[in-house]
Amino acid sequence: MGAAYWWMLLGMAIATYVPRMIPLTFLDGKELPPIVSGVLRNIPYAVLGALIFPAVLHIQDNILFGVIGAVTAFALSFIGLDVMFVVIGTIAVLAVYSLF
Amino acid sequence: MNTTFSQGLKAGSSIAIGYFPVALTFGLLAKTTGLSMIEATAMSLIVYAGASQYMALSLIATGVAPWLVVMNTFIVNIRHFLMTASLSEKVEPAPKWMKAIYAFGITDESFSVLSTQKGKITTAFAFGVASIAYGSWVFFTAVGHVIGANLPQFLQNAMSVALYAMFIGLLVPSMKGNRKVVLLAAIGAAIHCVLYYGNLLSTGWSILVATLGSAIFVEIIYVKNNKTVEHWTVQKEADN
Repeated sequence: MGAAYWWMLLGMAIATYVPRMIPLTFLDGKELPPIVSGVLRNIPYAVLGALIFPAVLHIQDNILFGVIGAVTAFALSFIGLDVMFVVIGTIAVLAVYSLF
Repeated sequence: MNTTFSQGLKAGSSIAIGYFPVALTFGLLAKTTGLSMIEATAMSLIVYAGASQYMALSLIATGVAPWLVVMNTFIVNIRHFLMTASLSEKVEPAPKWMKAIYAFGITDESFSVLSTQKGKITTAFAFGVASIAYGSWVFFTAVGHVIGANLPQFLQNAMSVALYAMFIGLLVPSMKGNRKVVLLAAIGAAIHCVLYYGNLLSTGWSILVATLGSAIFVEIIYVKNNKTVEHWTVQKEADN
């Protein structure tokens, strides 16, 4: 690939690192207006919703596959299983499903 | 209470499992795109961004100019501004250089694990979560390239759910008995679905817009209904 590839990697690395580093490092203990701080505290749950849907439905061409996965994961975590077991349990259910 | 490095490793291990098939496939695809083992692993090692790396491969394959790949990477990762700004309210005070180091390890997945912890996050815990996830990503990229083969098809299919199962496993406990969390996730999901199925924005932007839209909308509803920011804080502390 040559030198161009390595310059591209450097550019990609900077483009990835800057959005991760600047806020975490420099917002450091700054007092934000309550509304901004409220919105920031909402981010984790809003982002989880957006990360899960609709992507989980399209992990395979067959939408049913994603639906079964999502329902299983919801059920397993609803009954109080630890995240690790939710992940392993959901994989196991889908592995069985795709074998048949 | 999760505070130590090894508790961080444990909390991050579900990310490591989820990254395993994704990184393995990335290594394999990189090989078929014509990257050497060093080049492929170096991308995982210094860029460390799943979606952008896959995108880079497809752009390299079509011979797109490198600066366009870099631009695309930035657009896909803009959402991390939002995540790390949110995280900055939750992490314990630490020297700037230390935060600048573990900031490298903040991905969608490590952010999700960290931000759904109860209470403040210690620096050691953040390093633990970030290390195991990063280690898995880099290691399995190399393995994928070397073995040049994938998992058996049924297992590969099944494992494609791993990261989403993890997101769900992190979200559901916070949803229980907390209507605000349910509302935030549902509206975030709904906006993303509209943007996705309406073909309105690329994925990087649509996650950003969906997240911000939901977070602001719900906050305004709660402030208007006199359920002030303070109430949320008090309730959060009561939960912890």
